[in-house]
Amino acid sequence: MLLNEKIKAARAKKDILLMTHLVIGYPSLDDNRKTIKQMVENGVDIIELQIPFSEPMADGPMIIKANQEAIAKGIKVRQCLDFAAEMTSTYDIPFLFMTYYNILYKYGVAEFLAKAKEIGITGFIVPDLPPEEGAEYLGLTHELGLFPIQIFAPTSSDGRMKTLAGHGGGFIYCVARRGVTGSRTNFDQSFDDYLARCRKATDLPLAVGFGISCKDDVDILTGKADIAVIGTATIKLVEEKGVEAVGSFIAGLR
Amino acid sequence: MNKPGYFGQWGGAFIPEVLYETFKELREIFEKAQQDPAFWQEYANLMSSYSCRPTPLTHAENLSRHFGGAQIYIKREDLNHTGAHKANNVMGQGLLVKKMGKKRVIAETGAGQHGVATATMAAKFGFDCTIYMGEEDVHRQRPNVFWMEKLGATVVPVTTGSKTLKDAINEAFRDWVANMDTTHYVMGTVCGPHPFPAMVAWFQSIIGLEAREQIMTAFGRMPSRVYACVGGGSNAMGIFQGFLDDGEVELIGVEAGGKGINTGQHAARLASKDASPGVAQGYKTMFLQDNDGQMLDTHSVAAGLDYIGVSPLLTDLWEKGRVRFEAATDQEVMAALDLTIKKEGIIPALESTHAFVQAFKEAGSLPADQAIIINQSGRGDKDIFTIAHAFNDPSWKEFIRSKGEEYAS
Repeated sequence: MLLNEKIKAARAKKDILLMTHLVIGYPSLDDNRKTIKQMVENGVDIIELQIPFSEPMADGPMIIKANQEAIAKGIKVRQCLDFAAEMTSTYDIPFLFMTYYNILYKYGVAEFLAKAKEIGITGFIVPDLPPEEGAEYLGLTHELGLFPIQIFAPTSSDGRMKTLAGHGGGFIYCVARRGVTGSRTNFDQSFDDYLARCRKATDLPLAVGFGISCKDDVDILTGKADIAVIGTATIKLVEEKGVEAVGSFIAGLR
Repeated sequence: MNKPGYFGQWGGAFIPEVLYETFKELREIFEKAQQDPAFWQEYANLMSSYSCRPTPLTHAENLSRHFGGAQIYIKREDLNHTGAHKANNVMGQGLLVKKMGKKRVIAETGAGQHGVATATMAAKFGFDCTIYMGEEDVHRQRPNVFWMEKLGATVVPVTTGSKTLKDAINEAFRDWVANMDTTHYVMGTVCGPHPFPAMVAWFQSIIGLEAREQIMTAFGRMPSRVYACVGGGSNAMGIFQGFLDDGEVELIGVEAGGKGINTGQHAARLASKDASPGVAQGYKTMFLQDNDGQMLDTHSVAAGLDYIGVSPLLTDLWEKGRVRFEAATDQEVMAALDLTIKKEGIIPALESTHAFVQAFKEAGSLPADQAIIINQSGRGDKDIFTIAHAFNDPSWKEFIRSKGEEYAS
């Protein structure tokens, strides 16, 4: 089943889906393993695995730190791929790679995508690769039956959203606000207007991320979006309270 | 036909979606300015009344005699207001900011010269200003931090990554993605996403336009070689553009050799074999990175050259064989600086001195009826702490000790 169909089928049973995010190798692969186990056991629907990059331009302080420390501890792209392969063979939910373009470029875009396909990755979020620069990436993902998740921002015009949606697949990642990951989002009227514009621009399911950190936030998104994305909040939780706290946190989100 | 924003296979605009419209506006306003002769005139007038353009071309007679070869000419970008070529780009972008109606500017800075120039422009044009500077650079360029703050800018020390120029660029982008409605990011060099490389190169081309005319007046014909230091590459692109079409003029970019290009502790992207093609900070070029694509730590005595990437324009010119790349070590830089000060009474910035090193290596092998030009991108006054430390100057140390005691009591 295609990712977008899978999401629609899951939405028939749940009011909103949860996508969580973690940085591979932070705090450690073993902690990642335990975190993912708790996420899946507590009903997470999709997981974004971030391959660390030394220049995470779109990320805020918490995820920058996670990227930096994972690299400082010696995590390699090859280990990230092995780890992802282990997760996709253990759990029956979609796993996505989130990373910056240089990781793909340096590996070889075609080689990277073929490898991702082989290890059961479903799609990709590459925040610094607009469609204008991503012809090879977009062509190959579609060819391989993988999903190049496109990103909408509040600054995207209606026309731009349509263009992006035309290149995308699986779902659209709607960035909730201006700025980087990890700080708070105000869910005001302009946010609702923005989501309404997103909804109008595409039939693909909508995920909303940036600043979604608690049940109240998820409740606000319920009925407006298909997927709530929890990023920085779980990384912070693991750091502050340990991996054991992840299960009850996820269970309490909806 | 190249894709827009590409120079050969290098460049591009690898930007997050949230900045798409911002870049569209910037491209449009830049293209309009390029096509409007009145804009360039306004820019040139501003630079001649507020800065010191045209900057002189100085015949370094003592150095020429010392090496016994080519006539050495120095293009004096150090005599710009704020002491470096950075002012050219910054004032130009300031005029664009006024046209866009934005009220706040942000910038990254390495050596602090771009930060000081941006803070100066902001003061003159009435903009709010925030400067991002790697924590390591804040320490090695303290005088510039002081002046930026005095000029009314907020200086934010960047503590992520290697705490140098690349990290300051990342932080400036993080600010911009939150505040693009009110804020323009004054990129300091010919790097980053399109249209920055083209835009900064355009404003800096004023150096080459002048230098070409000046050498014709002073020497009667084209120089054999033109030397410029290369961090991001803005002063080099500036002067090289005056001579690109003259095949007989050899163009030489000099990168930071740090502790030696075989030590791994340098910032020589094109002069060493350590760099490889990559995409980071919004553009494609040769980066100092590992096999996974993680950027490496770089080293140079000169904060302004201590950078992982290099202008896509220069990478293209290097690939096409139009610009030759060399590297100067920290040690060679200190020796060339000492000689230039003693022989000519001129104090180049540590960054600029890299160009002097290579010119000094080659001047003696050229006949006396040929000329070479060194682009002195900035003045060395800002480097007083680093230079005094490197020379192990006893009276300076005594002064710092006594000042320390005075403030401690």
